[in-house]
Amino acid sequence: MMKPSPIAVVLAFAVAVFLLLPLIAVIPVSFTPARFLSMPTGIWSLRHYQALIDNPAWLQATGLSIRIGILSSGIATLLALMFSLGIWMFRPWFSGLLFGFVLLPMVAPPVVSAITLYFFLIGLSKINSIVAYDTWIGVAIAHAVMIAPFAVVMVTVSLSQVDRRIDLAARGFGASVGQRVFKVILPTIRFGVLTAFFLSFVLSWEEIGVTLFITSIDAVTLPRMMWMGLRDNIDPAIAAISVILIVVVISAVLIKTAIAQREKM
Amino acid sequence: MTLDRLKPVLLLGPLVLFLGLAYFVPFLGVMQWSVTLPEPGIGQYGKAISDPLIHSVFLRTFRICLIVTVASVVCAYAITYVWVRGTPLQRLLTELCILIPFWISVLTRAFGWVALLSNRGLLNTWMQSLGIISEPLTMVRNEFGVVLGMTHFLIPFAVFPIASAMRSLDERVFLAARGMGASQMRTFWTIFVPITLPGILGAGLMVFVFALGFFITPAILGGGRSVMIAELIYLRIFQSPDWGLGAAVSVLLMVFVGVLLALLVRFVRPNRMLG
Repeated sequence: MMKPSPIAVVLAFAVAVFLLLPLIAVIPVSFTPARFLSMPTGIWSLRHYQALIDNPAWLQATGLSIRIGILSSGIATLLALMFSLGIWMFRPWFSGLLFGFVLLPMVAPPVVSAITLYFFLIGLSKINSIVAYDTWIGVAIAHAVMIAPFAVVMVTVSLSQVDRRIDLAARGFGASVGQRVFKVILPTIRFGVLTAFFLSFVLSWEEIGVTLFITSIDAVTLPRMMWMGLRDNIDPAIAAISVILIVVVISAVLIKTAIAQREKM
Repeated sequence: MTLDRLKPVLLLGPLVLFLGLAYFVPFLGVMQWSVTLPEPGIGQYGKAISDPLIHSVFLRTFRICLIVTVASVVCAYAITYVWVRGTPLQRLLTELCILIPFWISVLTRAFGWVALLSNRGLLNTWMQSLGIISEPLTMVRNEFGVVLGMTHFLIPFAVFPIASAMRSLDERVFLAARGMGASQMRTFWTIFVPITLPGILGAGLMVFVFALGFFITPAILGGGRSVMIAELIYLRIFQSPDWGLGAAVSVLLMVFVGVLLALLVRFVRPNRMLG
């Protein structure tokens, strides 16, 4: 085994610092006592964290993002699960084509998807006001389109680890398609399906490229709210919310890594 | 049709129908916009190709994407090398440094660069208080900020194809090289790098395709001064309503990305990259 030389380790360390630096820079800025983006000089203040609590818009945006996340990842995971099961169980000869088709929103440039979904939702706005431009259900449907390919990939990967012989045995004993799905396959891949749901939720929770095109003033998700505070005069409240989000991610990654390490031992 | 023939359709149908109605048909609609707004014809495509302003945006986008691709693949290669082949502690630390930024949203990460580099940000404040500079350096709201922010965003994505190329190696090749007296440096450059070249190319193509459609990072870190294709489309749709041109540019971008993806599938075999 070729071990990395000291030079390689130093280079990797430099890249690691580069990756972490902007995340660390947010922390002091969030404690500035000033009303504009700056470093705290001497006094550290919690006023921007207080502002997050005092301004109900932040809480509303968070609630909206959670609602959209649950609905969109629910739709995406369910449809992706059915699709992947269909491919895995029946293996149609045109499955390559089908895969290409359902992965389109993932491989197309986000801005092309954004203009496409904008077209879709303003078209729907003319005939109803529920699934429409700038409504929360409209956003959830658009997010479901964007995250469904990722859910398909996740579920397909976990299906590829299922031993086909178990399913063949069930089939041999006369199990129906429904029994094979609910009694044999789903219990085996339930962890993969949960992961797909979780990943879809995170993707919807963070989605901004498409959301920017399909919302204006009513369906303001958390990323959309941050975007508005980031454009012209930067609101230091963005620093405070960023610190909270970064802390959540770091804790989640640390917990996951700790569990993985323990399993290795 | 019997019930048995129907079952695959019932499973496969819903997602295909959903994406067909919510994605494929609307995309055809966008294509229709590009040839009917404001008047029927291919005028918008002519404009998209010949207009000097749009021309410069395309050129800038390619230039930035190229720089960002090279920078993020090189950085990813360095950190992946230690992640895959380092000591257990080195592996753990590099893994955390790759995964944490990966899960943090594009907005927060772009904002991190603003907090670090803006006139009253961390770096300028420190350098001023240490007396290294007297006036703050302008590091964001220009192309430099865009390149840094995009590179930062794309490194974790470049890591995965490179890591899978570095993992599926025959260790005996290196033993043989060392046994015949090659130095570690030489083994690295003449054997390790060429063997992992497919992973490097795959990562490069993938990052380039990603970078082309970038919107959020350039919009925040470029401050409207170094507009890229995606932001141009946004501006044409929402600020100077010129839907036909926005749609035409989108279609061109989609075609270009399609060609690059075909190359990716043809030469790098993405199923190997995912492994």
